[in-house]
Amino acid sequence: MGRAIVLTSGKGGVGKTTTTANLGTALANRGARVVLVDADIGLRNLDIVLGLESRVKHHLLDVLEERASLDEALVPGKHSESLFLLAAAQSREKDEVETSKMKALILSLRERFDYVLIDCPAGIELGFRNAVAGADEAIVICTPEVAAVRDVDRVVGLLGNRFRPQLVINRLRPNLVKKGKMLSVEDVNAILRLPLLGVIADEPEIIVTTNRGEPLALRKDTPTGAAYHAIAARVAGEDVPAPMPAAAKVTILERVGTLFGGKRA
Amino acid sequence: MIEFLKKFFGHSGSSATAKERLRLVLMTDHLELAPELIEAMKRDLVDVISRHVEVDRDKIEVNFERQDSALAMLANIPILSVNRPNAGPTLVPVESVQSPTAANSAPPRVRKRRKRAAKKAPATGAAAPASAAAN
Repeated sequence: MGRAIVLTSGKGGVGKTTTTANLGTALANRGARVVLVDADIGLRNLDIVLGLESRVKHHLLDVLEERASLDEALVPGKHSESLFLLAAAQSREKDEVETSKMKALILSLRERFDYVLIDCPAGIELGFRNAVAGADEAIVICTPEVAAVRDVDRVVGLLGNRFRPQLVINRLRPNLVKKGKMLSVEDVNAILRLPLLGVIADEPEIIVTTNRGEPLALRKDTPTGAAYHAIAARVAGEDVPAPMPAAAKVTILERVGTLFGGKRA
Repeated sequence: MIEFLKKFFGHSGSSATAKERLRLVLMTDHLELAPELIEAMKRDLVDVISRHVEVDRDKIEVNFERQDSALAMLANIPILSVNRPNAGPTLVPVESVQSPTAANSAPPRVRKRRKRAAKKAPATGAAAPASAAAN
């Protein structure tokens, strides 16, 4: 029986889908059988991030309403034989999903895969409840912003203890933290107090790879790609340190530069 | 000069503001999401105050107010009567105030005086409900 993990955040735009795609890619790269479920009904995105948009023929609701079998609906990944996608319905709405059916679907996926990663929609309404229904663990994604931390705090309260939520801090800019212009990892987790899986830096590379539909986790040689692999190892239970992006060295010249008319946050 | 040094070493960022705003907003959120916590606080508050005066339990109002950088609890507790005008804290022997057990084992003389004071209360008390606001 595989593990069903929901990736959630409350707030939109913090990187749930990107994290799902990259964590899934890294787990599959380790040899695990992984299925990514896009539970954001009506706003299908995970297929884009994985570069699979042209291969989606059936979606989650087709399976739930028995118009397609699971085998027909699962889209194999481009770069890994053990990664699959179950896409969200694009022309339907979140409240058209029955919670009990969703639960049953995740259960049948757990029988076939080592990891079922569920990409949760933003918000805490029915879409959230359906995405969470079949999961037995949660990974919460938070950016170092007041609104994101507040929403994660709320979501963690809603999840309760059953899901043993673990934290990924996304879009950290170590240089800004160093200058006291961004909440640090410690600031965020002093409030959330969750087991930290890892921290992902705000890298332009992530935008570039998302544009191409090739998750950065495919490139283990990049710092961010390696960070996703470290998070995957930790999810798998390996005792490796949580990845933590380091600040670039700031030269005296740059400091003097900010002193005389440099941008201030 | 200090400002200059602060600027030079880059410690004048906005993350401190973010941290402070987050702290306050979460306190308010948690209070809003836990009505049973407020009820429990109300109950305890009334229990403590009722040791000294009789209050109108049904008309108690507890509110929370954001004030610049702090969260304040505002309680409006109508007082029905002042029961024991002669048994104020200054008249109770120091050793009986220290702990509940010490109060129980206080000399009987003190208890008698308290009882008498309580009997007297209806004459002096039972005035129109007064309001007490506590921060």
